[in-house]
Amino acid sequence: MLSGWGRLPQPGREVRSEDLVSLTRDAVLSRGLGRSYGDSSLPPPSRPVAAGSTLADRLLCFDAATGRLRAEAGFTLLALNRIFWPRGFCAPVAPGTQFITLGGMVAADVHGKNHHRDGSFGNHVLRLRMRVADGRIVECSRDVEPELFRATIGGMGLTGHILEVECRLLRIPSPWIRVESERIRDIDRFIEALKEAGPHWPYTMGWIDCLSRGRSMGRGILAKGRWAEPEDAPPAPPGPTRRPAVPFVLPGFVVNRLSVRAFNALLYASHVPRVRRRLAHPESFFYPLDFIRDWNRLYGPRGFTQYQCVLPDAAGHGTARRFLDLLTRRGGASMLCVIKDCGAEGEGLLSFPRPGISIALDIPVRDDTQGLVDALNELVIAEGGRVYLAKDAFTRAEHFRAMEPRLAAWTAVRRRWDPEARIRSAQSVRLFGDPA
Amino acid sequence: MRVAFLGATKGMGRALARLMAQRGDQLFLLGRDREDLERSARDLEVRGGAPAATAACDLEKPETFAAALDAAEKALSGLDVVVVTAGLFATQDQLEADPALTHRLLLVDFTNTVAFCEEARRRLLARGGGTLCVFSSVAGERGRKPVVLYGAAKAGLTRYLEGLDHRFRAAGLRTVCVKPGFVRTSMTDGLPVPPFAGEPEGVARRVLAAIDAGRPVVYAPGAWAWVMFVIRRLPRFVMRRVRF
Repeated sequence: MLSGWGRLPQPGREVRSEDLVSLTRDAVLSRGLGRSYGDSSLPPPSRPVAAGSTLADRLLCFDAATGRLRAEAGFTLLALNRIFWPRGFCAPVAPGTQFITLGGMVAADVHGKNHHRDGSFGNHVLRLRMRVADGRIVECSRDVEPELFRATIGGMGLTGHILEVECRLLRIPSPWIRVESERIRDIDRFIEALKEAGPHWPYTMGWIDCLSRGRSMGRGILAKGRWAEPEDAPPAPPGPTRRPAVPFVLPGFVVNRLSVRAFNALLYASHVPRVRRRLAHPESFFYPLDFIRDWNRLYGPRGFTQYQCVLPDAAGHGTARRFLDLLTRRGGASMLCVIKDCGAEGEGLLSFPRPGISIALDIPVRDDTQGLVDALNELVIAEGGRVYLAKDAFTRAEHFRAMEPRLAAWTAVRRRWDPEARIRSAQSVRLFGDPA
Repeated sequence: MRVAFLGATKGMGRALARLMAQRGDQLFLLGRDREDLERSARDLEVRGGAPAATAACDLEKPETFAAALDAAEKALSGLDVVVVTAGLFATQDQLEADPALTHRLLLVDFTNTVAFCEEARRRLLARGGGTLCVFSSVAGERGRKPVVLYGAAKAGLTRYLEGLDHRFRAAGLRTVCVKPGFVRTSMTDGLPVPPFAGEPEGVARRVLAAIDAGRPVVYAPGAWAWVMFVIRRLPRFVMRRVRF
């Protein structure tokens, strides 16, 4: 059995080797660290073996003058941070976990707290080396096979196996983060505050209490950060942090409305009412959830799904309130609900972010999870938004088609490189009608 | 340290070479596939090491040993440590079904590895001493059902390294015999994972400490020292019954 981060297992297994070129020769799908929540990294039922890239993790070149980095697809963001923060470089995006690979970052076109300023990862990718469905190995970029390049960014690994990634890192003045955080009283004010902070802070993100209703609906904590200037930072680079783990799968009743309400109220109350300023370890600012290893075990034996959507700015002011209203009415208790500001749409033909507000929430799997996701999807379609495939496990094919007008263009490119859909996943079987 | 490394492209060898490169050791990589060696050399260089040179050396071709070690000595202008992590692995079922593979594995993991170590030993002793670090296995600790053949080769290797330590320690040769337990690498991919399984990075840290201290035997992960302590003492009638 194999599962994504949401711990919803499907039949399958993973084979790993340092030699990704051989490993992908007949493989149906590549996967990295399996941090996508749903079935993106799971092979289709009829071909249940995925090629795991994590042992193919060599750095191939780095040019300190330009920040240009080339590495094998299994090279992790964790290793990137450990190696390059002390040398004055950081990854061009700041996603919520560092347990991801470069290949996965391209496939999901990951974004993060700096999306409003720097866009998604694909914007910073220069070249890809891939094994495509007919077995050939090709290099693609904005100049060479540009269609394949754009279809692969955010293409969920369905256009070919990503073997090597070349991207640009950003320069940083020090490896420490200057953070400012504050409490925000409701969802409307939250969105205003995010949009106000955008031009001044490269990194912004908010946590909202999605169980509070009425006047304080969507109250939460907004955090803003930037890399500290050298004179403002300690001389030593931040050391590695130790992480406790959730030792076993907790019983399913641990995460319930009461415990979630208590947790969220506590989190809100734990922040002082005034603005708090501090110097932070970049790991604690960027990856607070990584601090607890195996935190996905919290949600019990049935696992959980994450629901992440972007609600476009064009939908107007009330859109996030309508979303939260539906969520609370349907009883969707999310331990953590994260809200982010999204900037311009990326180049990837299926890339998730677009200008608007992104909301992400964890939903423990219950009998009515499918109904809840359906209802949320219908609202997202009506508002003109879309969901993030890297998180998804429950969206229906017709819902995805309705929210994704770019799907036909992406499918056309994919067909050209892989007419029989040889490279496919459990997710592409579910959403794109690939052979099971 | 100036290190000649046979097997730095994969698994525990890759992890150990990275630790060495990151702290500034000078590495010279030996292996079968020149392109693969070059890629690993670039990886080590970007991670903070000095540029690493490479030479072809194949445990199936003993005639390559001397030239490869000569090249390493020349490029490093000296030699302090020789590390061998390379070797062949196959399951007991695979080996029983394929006598040619059995012959090849016994030749590579025992005879040829010892021949390579002899070449390395002579060079280190000629320079007044140094460290020879070789990856054997806990499979050589006891005759066990799933590793009869592989374990026999590793048992021979372990005994050879023990003998080297006794014979040449006073002359300055420090022998480090590494006995990894189950470690999650491409070599063990697909095998059922037992308790106390380790990751290559953890093993590498332990082995590097053992090389620095000149410890003659190191189990990695450390828990396997206790596991093997028990298994070595199990009576024969128990070993005939259990599956491990």
